[in-house]
Amino acid sequence: MLKRNIRIIGVVFLLAISAMFMLPAFMPAASASEAAAPTAAPAAADSAAAKTAAVPDANAVTYPPAPKLTAADYPTVSGVNPRVAVWLVAQLHLWLGAFVVAVPMFVFIIESIGMATRDERYDNMAYEFIKVSITAYSLTAIMGGLLSFSLILFYPDVFKYLALIFKESMFAYALLFFAESAVLYIYYYGWHWLQGGNRKWIHLTFGLLLNAFGITLMLLANSWTTFMMSPAAVDAAGVFNGNTWEAIHNFLWNPINIHRVVANVAYGGSIVGAYAGFKFLSAKNKEERAHYDWVGYNANFIAIAALLPLPFAGYYLTAELYAYSQQMGITLMGGVFAWIFIIQAVLIGALFLSANYYLWCGMGRSDGANRYNPRIKYIAIVLVAAFLVWFTPHTLVLTNSELKSLGGPYHKYLGVFGIMPAKNTAVNFLLTFTFMSFMFYRRANKIATVSWATTGNAIQIALFTMGLINIVTLGVYYGYFTNTVYKVAASIPQVLTTLTIIITSTIIDTLMYKGAKDVAPLHWGRMPARSQYALFLLAVSFTWLMGLMGYVRSGIRQHWHVSGIFRDASPDAYTPTLGYAANIITIGTIIFMAMVIFVFWLSTISGKHVVAKGYWKEQA
Amino acid sequence: MNIFLRVAAFSLLMVAGFWGFASFGIPQIKPAPPPVEEKLDLGAMTMDQFIALGGKIFNGKGTCTLCHNKMGRAPMLDQIGKNAPERLKDGRYKGTAKTIEEYIFESMTKPSAYVVAGFGKSGTNDTESPMPVVTGGSIGLKEAEVKAVIAYLQDSGGAEVTVTIPAMPAAGAEAPKAEEAAPLKTAQEVIAKFGCGACHKVADQTGEIGPNLTKIGATKNKEYIRQSILDPDAVIAKGFAGGMMPPTFGEQLKAKELEMLVNYLAGSK
Repeated sequence: MLKRNIRIIGVVFLLAISAMFMLPAFMPAASASEAAAPTAAPAAADSAAAKTAAVPDANAVTYPPAPKLTAADYPTVSGVNPRVAVWLVAQLHLWLGAFVVAVPMFVFIIESIGMATRDERYDNMAYEFIKVSITAYSLTAIMGGLLSFSLILFYPDVFKYLALIFKESMFAYALLFFAESAVLYIYYYGWHWLQGGNRKWIHLTFGLLLNAFGITLMLLANSWTTFMMSPAAVDAAGVFNGNTWEAIHNFLWNPINIHRVVANVAYGGSIVGAYAGFKFLSAKNKEERAHYDWVGYNANFIAIAALLPLPFAGYYLTAELYAYSQQMGITLMGGVFAWIFIIQAVLIGALFLSANYYLWCGMGRSDGANRYNPRIKYIAIVLVAAFLVWFTPHTLVLTNSELKSLGGPYHKYLGVFGIMPAKNTAVNFLLTFTFMSFMFYRRANKIATVSWATTGNAIQIALFTMGLINIVTLGVYYGYFTNTVYKVAASIPQVLTTLTIIITSTIIDTLMYKGAKDVAPLHWGRMPARSQYALFLLAVSFTWLMGLMGYVRSGIRQHWHVSGIFRDASPDAYTPTLGYAANIITIGTIIFMAMVIFVFWLSTISGKHVVAKGYWKEQA
Repeated sequence: MNIFLRVAAFSLLMVAGFWGFASFGIPQIKPAPPPVEEKLDLGAMTMDQFIALGGKIFNGKGTCTLCHNKMGRAPMLDQIGKNAPERLKDGRYKGTAKTIEEYIFESMTKPSAYVVAGFGKSGTNDTESPMPVVTGGSIGLKEAEVKAVIAYLQDSGGAEVTVTIPAMPAAGAEAPKAEEAAPLKTAQEVIAKFGCGACHKVADQTGEIGPNLTKIGATKNKEYIRQSILDPDAVIAKGFAGGMMPPTFGEQLKAKELEMLVNYLAGSK
């Protein structure tokens, strides 16, 4: 029955995704297309645009060129800055959206684990997570509505231009949103009704459908955003000459999709972790404390598991961005935005250090971890060193006297850490050593009993040693002994090395610790209060980081609504400074955190029952 | 409540830390404003001015130096006069150009007609160029601007300048706004617009990277000051590093603005 049910829900998932992507194609005028005209996209995207050229159609709809606007074409509302309004609302929608798309993903997995192990704790935890996200879902929809209104109000011509091209997918989006809401409500309110036997399988299928709807909605919204960065099937005047799928499947769509899916899971994990942290600190008894410690551990695990591949998704996105437009890539990495990567280093450093710190504190749950505790300080040293390398800027900002004493803008010794290969090496060290922290944590209360345990350990030590040597060698060779254009070439083999270490070591460890002996039990709840603050730091850093990267993603279009074809003529058609962006991101983060606290509070009061003695009339 | 306040205070402190670092811990680079259309009075232009216009576009609006620089992202163009004839004879050449002028034009409008070995898009075996078409997209050079860049490249690349100045303004060129075309009115406005105070102590600005200019007129004459603006590395002031000041002010300043600035500085004693 298990296999049959898995097969059924697998087919349902695939059918749902396929059906949803077919939806725009069945909308009116979906087949509208004209013979492909030369694209206005940069040269690197020419071939991609040509591949998606449409077949001429007798019923072709003619699309207008991109409007040439003046400042007078942008409506104003007294006391409101249009860009700031749209920026804040869009960012809040994205933060909330990321959370509500991510939570059903791991809720589905946790529910499945509960079903497979018949451990009800997993089912309860999954329910608690979805309960937290249900209010956030309403807030996401409210923010989505506000964003639409803001765009129509402040940027009517931009909205009209995009809506004409994406009318089918926008209509499909609205329908899917209704479907997602219906499925979410059945999934949440039917949790305790659909329990046991086939009913549980039906419930799980709703969970899968919820994910299919949520992910598809995100992919459609991504296509509108990425079209503005890498427009497809448009001529030099901005006349769209393709069909719905060509507009959706633009050059940067998939790289953004991958990056956002992975980042959303990590982000969702961190927000749920903050929730568990708060509940842990407010726990009234030992059981509650133990429960939320366990929930916090799982949330942190989810965040770390998604955090490990996230830099690779980021590299892929940046590489594709360069491939689409070298100009855009250079603006991002070497132009006015170059300094944001130093801020990014600080934020990601905070993410990794807080996630590791939480793991190290977690080793206190078992006395068996004492074996590994002396090694933690070395991991900490490596993590801090890697963070500092990543943090080192290429060019220093100096006064004249400092410039003179330094002999130039680059530091004699630290200057070598400013370039990308050094930073790539540092990131791979961060990832590898974070994984090592997790391995120590996982082994804390166990002893492997298989006969080949010594050999297995030796292989793992060799794997880590050889891998780290390879990462350093690649970084040094490509960084300092090759031409500038090849400097980033080290990143792919370095990433592959890290992945090899993580995957191979996980396989070995899983086999080696199968049937392992418990040497000391795990005491859930035996965690210092300070460890929970690491969970808050994780959530706050992630939120601020997402805000920062949102500014960059949108900013690299510079003075264009749609890159290269639809110019921004509004008074705000300039890239704001980092300080200005920091103000907006900070305000947004504080508003978002207030909303999250509100959501957490709602989930807390929903379970409370106050007996109002004497208030209600006694019934006979 | 106590825990809630503690957690809120901790989170706000972290957010404030990130905000503080982004606002005060790193340089606040003010990105250049969006490029504006310039009216090209081609009829009154000499060839030297036309070449200078090409240089200005090459270093500015054309964004050519993003890649054509010593970083090795794209081929250097300082030897184009020598290289172009060799490339036209190369078996890999797929274009129709016969002259250096035509070759440069083709490179700007059909960049994949010839891709210099090692500079093609990854995985294309140097058959596809990563260079954007300069007449389209976000660069969008007009015909006259393309010709000006060709003239500049011929002149700076050791080739004879064969381009003729187009008789009419570029088609589609829009009239600039009055305030964009008019020269600035005072030296202080010039100092503010060109950001001299970011590096120099001048007027009410307090830059420290370059020499203090508040009393420059007491020791230097107008010729020296003019040369320092137009060719900053000709003479390096004692105690300062060369290569720090942009050499492009001569192309950006209008003649009247330059003289105003020189007079102002010479009078600063």
